[in-house]
Amino acid sequence: MKTKNYIKMEFPSRSVNEGFARAAVACFAAQLDPTLEELGDIKTAVSEAVTNCIVHAYPDSIGKISLRARIIDNNTLEIVIKDWGKGIEDIEKAREPMFTTGGEERSGMGFTIMESFMDKLRVRSSPGRGVTVTMRRRIAVRTAE
Amino acid sequence: MKVLSSYKNGRLTLFFKGELDHHSAKKVMNTIDQLIDEYLPRDCVMELSGLKFMDSSGIAVILRVYKRMNEMGGRAWAENPPRQPMRVIDASGIDRIVKISTTMKE
Ligand SMILES: Nc1ncnc2c1ncn2[C@@H]1O[C@H](COP(=O)(O)OP(=O)(O)OP(=O)(O)O)[C@@H](O)[C@H]1O
Ligand SMILES: [Mg+2]
Repeated sequence: MKTKNYIKMEFPSRSVNEGFARAAVACFAAQLDPTLEELGDIKTAVSEAVTNCIVHAYPDSIGKISLRARIIDNNTLEIVIKDWGKGIEDIEKAREPMFTTGGEERSGMGFTIMESFMDKLRVRSSPGRGVTVTMRRRIAVRTAE
Repeated sequence: MKVLSSYKNGRLTLFFKGELDHHSAKKVMNTIDQLIDEYLPRDCVMELSGLKFMDSSGIAVILRVYKRMNEMGGRAWAENPPRQPMRVIDASGIDRIVKISTTMKE
């Protein structure tokens, strides 16, 4: 896949960065001329993945989160969000709707939302070594009227 | 993110304004808990039309309010979510538990 443009950023797992991360990706995605609905989907998916790093990867400490986004063939945006936290033992189970280790403040719907709002979702992890979430979303090409 | 409120005849209306995510959810939940404790309403309406953004943390807030009201023998529902929050609500399926309604305002 040819990379046509990209951004790379890194930030600490402070919750104030959730809003920053989704806004930054939305700004970058703007060059693909998305609809408001497509932008909303992308922002939501980024918010879910970044929040997971903050809540689950580093529950009692501040750790590093890396976010990369690139534009590849076919008017497609790829987003890679990575942490070096505690990792996921059973990814298949973690991706099930309503599955959560987070208690009452969580609904267990993050991965389900990422999956339904993006065209592709890949989750890689080994316990103790963090999680890498890769998502792709194709932006429909609209012709000017 | 802000929550404004009004109370009339046993009905507490909560006006959600801004971006509801994990960062803002804790404070929002505290504010709502205090309002429910203060008014002990029969009905609690979550008016979502002022929401600029919501993710799964907002789903957890809506469910908590619903459960709290249910435990008190009261009712709770959400009204007028804009498009992005509505898509999150749809994906999560909470509309099978909490009523999401649209009111016509003229
Ligand atoms: N980056 C991560 N590091 C460690 N564990 C994770 C990470 N992301 C997800 N998980 C695990 O996967 C589970 C499911 O994640 P998901 O986002 O679907 O739900 P949630 O975060 O628990 O709830 P919600 O997203 O609705 O607030 C989490 O409860 C957690 O156990
Ligand atoms: Mg989550």
